[in-house]
Formats: sequence, structure tokens, C-alpha cells
Amino acid sequence: MSWFTQALTSSIGKKVIMSLTGLFLISFLVIHATINAMIFYNDGGETFTHWGHFMGTNPIIRTLEIGLVLGFLIHIADGLWLTKNNNDARPVKYAVTNPSANSSWYSRSMGLLGTLILIFLVIHTSHFWIPNRSNQFATGEELNLYQMMLDIFQNIWVVIIYVLGCFSLFWHLLHGFESAFKSLGLYHLKYNGAIHVAGVAFSIVVPTLFALMPISIYLGWVY
Amino acid sequence: MSAGNMRLTLKVWRQSNTDTQGGFESYNLDGVSPDMSFLEMFDILNEQLIEENKEPVAFDHDCREGICGSCSMFINGRPHGPLKGVTTCQLHMRSFQDGDTITVEPWRAGAFPVIKDLVVDRDGFDRIISAGGFVSVNTGNAQDANSLPIPKENADDAFSAAACIACGACVAACKNASAMLFVSAKISQLALLPQGQAERNIRAEKMVAQMDAEGFGNCTNTHACSAECPKEISFENIARMNREYIGAKSSSKGV
Ligand code: HEM
Ligand code: SF4
Ligand code: FES
Repeated sequence: MSWFTQALTSSIGKKVIMSLTGLFLISFLVIHATINAMIFYNDGGETFTHWGHFMGTNPIIRTLEIGLVLGFLIHIADGLWLTKNNNDARPVKYAVTNPSANSSWYSRSMGLLGTLILIFLVIHTSHFWIPNRSNQFATGEELNLYQMMLDIFQNIWVVIIYVLGCFSLFWHLLHGFESAFKSLGLYHLKYNGAIHVAGVAFSIVVPTLFALMPISIYLGWVY
Repeated sequence: MSAGNMRLTLKVWRQSNTDTQGGFESYNLDGVSPDMSFLEMFDILNEQLIEENKEPVAFDHDCREGICGSCSMFINGRPHGPLKGVTTCQLHMRSFQDGDTITVEPWRAGAFPVIKDLVVDRDGFDRIISAGGFVSVNTGNAQDANSLPIPKENADDAFSAAACIACGACVAACKNASAMLFVSAKISQLALLPQGQAERNIRAEKMVAQMDAEGFGNCTNTHACSAECPKEISFENIARMNREYIGAKSSSKGV
């Protein structure tokens, strides 16, 4: 094995990959949440469609999108691999455990929370991203995503699934945001506080913003 | 050791060797004093078992004063029992109530196979140390204190890391059976001092490689290890180890 593959497949290397892809996905969430929040202008989707069009057609963004898909795939594959390795590291389980005495449940449930996000992602991409890109591929035309949102979020069950997806994301980020810095070795009294505050704020603001979108449409606040 | 009046039910893991299946046995114990240590309570249990012509419970112990790290017992779901910063040998029965049922299990990790009852094989830790947890330079006689200046913070951090007694409670507590708190303490105590510089890179690379080869799990940053560590080894060491390893891999000539 070359030094590079050896480093990346080592325990610490796998964590560095989790951390870098996780932070990359966080940067994607910032852009995704910002653009989607344009629906709150309540201008019949004009601003939203303007930016959606830019994101869907700009060649630089479309190239970056390949990186995003790869980032997701690597994060998911590495995450599931790690979760399996970690589970295998204790073949015989304890009869009695008291884990809440030493750690938070969500820090111990990243694999589960990630899997819930993954299930949500499959549903979510088959609602918007996949139909839109396949239509672009077939006809060169973009779909009216704003109208699709208005239609899809009339169904209360869809709204509930989206809100649950946002909850999973909230818990995943509440541990993941800070954890990603620790994995890179960035853990020091002089900035731990700042990372913690930023992490908690991000974990609350972004999923709340996302959850408000289907809720607002369902309740007719955005139309 | 005064006789007391606590009555306890103990559920203890019994396993005759690595290759056989184990299981829990329940024992009733009377006359336990709140002033006894947890291991003294086990001594009473074993005397009782010997009198009944039964096999005593095998458990590791040596110093019985919190410095050797032998006394590995997973007590009611926590390594070394309910107190913070305390080994099993320093845990006293006053931390329990009369009438309690106490479940005692061995450390559970693929890398720590059970040898017998509560005794596990922790040679994996020794192999990690042999892989790089030392300095090969001849340090000679004790130097004049001021000839080798060491920043106070480094001396303090190295000393705190060196307090690790290699007990394995971090592995036992971690949901992933990860050994990273132990390994990072052993890497840190040398990486922070001048004598450790010559082999700094190769040490991080080799110790991490050996840790992985032993089959310990990976760190998810839950902090369970440092919360349960009897020597309260700081989580900061794991972040330092990550830095040491990333730095070593990206700069060393070795593989
Ligand atoms: C937008 C979506 C996602 C974001 C922003 C995100 C972000 C993060 C971040 C920042 C971390 C911390 C990395 C570290 O501790 O070094 C993390 C960890 C993790 N993620 Fe995700 N993630 C997302 C989706 C997923 C999905 C779909 C899975 C599917 C399995 C997943 C599985 C995991 C696992 C298992 C860990 C913990 C790894 C470990 O420390 O043992 N994540 N994630
Ligand atoms: S780091 Fe703490 S818990 Fe782990 S082996 Fe050292 S003393 Fe024991
Ligand atoms: S017997 Fe030595 S630390 Fe407990």
C-alpha cells in the first residue's frame, strides 16, 4: 500500500475523510438553505426560480455538483463502513450498560441518524433533483420546481417526512459540526467555545429553516 | 476489615477460558461492610466460594491503590463503577446501597479477549507500546535542570498524559471499543517533550498502525473515554494524536 492509501484507510484517515466530507456537506447546506429560503419572499417563486435557474444551468455550479454527489457518496460509504467496523470491534456486548453517564445519545447514534438522513435523501431527490435533471437531460428544459413544491407539500405525510428528516439532520449536526473539528485535531480551549456556539446555532437555524418550507406551503403561508 | 451488615446480590460473568461460552452466575453475599473496597468484597465472595468447594472468581488486581491499572471490572454498566476518577480497587461499598444487585462484567472488546471470568488479555496495549511508545536515544544521567528548557505548559500536559495507567477503561467505555484515549496519551507524553522529538513521526505512524491491527474501533468523539477514565486523561490528547498522525503522514520519509 502506498503511504497515501495507508493513511486514508487508517482509523484516523477514515475520520479525516468523514470530517472533510461532512464539512463540505455543511457548506452545501448553507447554499441550499439560502437559495430555498427565497420562497419566503412570497413573490410567486420569482426570486427562487431566478436562483434555481442559475444553480441548475451555470457550468461552474454544475461541475461542483459532481463534487457534491461524490462528497455524499464518500461520506455515506465511509460512514457505513466505520459504523460496521466499530460495531464489530465489540463482538460480545455488555448485558448492562449506562452510556448516558458518559456521553450524549446523539453522539452515539451518528450511524442511525445518518441512515435516517439517507432515507430522507432518497425520497427528497426523487421529488425534485432527479426528475429535474432527467428532464434537463432529455429535453434541455428545467421543470417548474416552485410549482412542484406547492403541489408536493399539499400532502401532510410528505410534510411529516420532511420535518422528521430535518430532526435527523439537527441531531446529526449537533454532534457532527463540533466533531468534525476534533477529527482534524482542532480542539483547543481558546476556540472550543466558539466552535460549540457556531455548531449549536447552525444545527438549529438550518434544519428549522428547511422544516419551515414544507410547513409554510402546507399551511398556505407561501403560495 | 470490619464485618458489616450490607446484603448484596452479585451477578458475575463466569467463563472458564477464552474458547468456552460464558454466562452470569448470581451470588448472595451477607455481612459486607460499607468500608470495604470493591475488591475486598470480591475477596469475601471468593472465600465463601472456596468454603462451598466452588471455583473462585478470577479477577485482575495488583497494587490495590489505583496505580497499576489491573483491576478491570465493568460494574453496573460502567468501567470501574459509578464514581468519577476512581479505579475499582479504590471504589468502596459505601457507593452502593444495602440490598443492591450489582452486575459485574469483564471489559468487552474483540481486542481484549476474556482469559477467565473477569480477566481479559490486554497484551494489545503492550504491543502498541512496543511499536513506538518509547525513546531510543540514550538519555544518559539526569541533566542539570536548566540545560533542557521545557515550557511549563508542555511539562504539565506531558505529565498529565503520563498519568495513564493502561487500565483499558477507555476501551471498555467506548461504544466503538476504541483505544484512542490510551494511545493518544502515550503518544502525547513523548511528543510534548524534547526527548521525544527524534522519533516523533515514526512513533505516531507505528502506534496508530498497531492500534488498528489490534482491531480496536474508531473514535466518534463521544468523550465517553475521558468521562470514565480513572486518571481523567484529557480528550485533548486524541485531538493531539490526530494532529501528530496527519503531520507525520504528510511529512515523514517513512511509509
Ligand atoms: C447533509 C447531510 C449530512 C451532513 C451535513 C453531515 C455532516 C456530518 C459531519 C459534520 C460529521 C462529523 C464528522 C466527524 O466526526 O469527523 C458527520 C459524521 C457522520 N455522518 Fe454525516 N452528514 C450528512 C449525511 C450523512 C448521511 C446520509 C450518512 C449516511 C450513512 C451519514 C453518516 C455519518 C456517520 C456514520 C458519521 C459518524 C462517523 C463517526 O464519527 O464514527 N451522514 N456527518
Ligand atoms: S486513558 Fe485512562 S482509561 Fe484509558 S487506559 Fe489510560 S488510564 Fe485507563
Ligand atoms: S489494583 Fe492497581 S489500580 Fe486497581
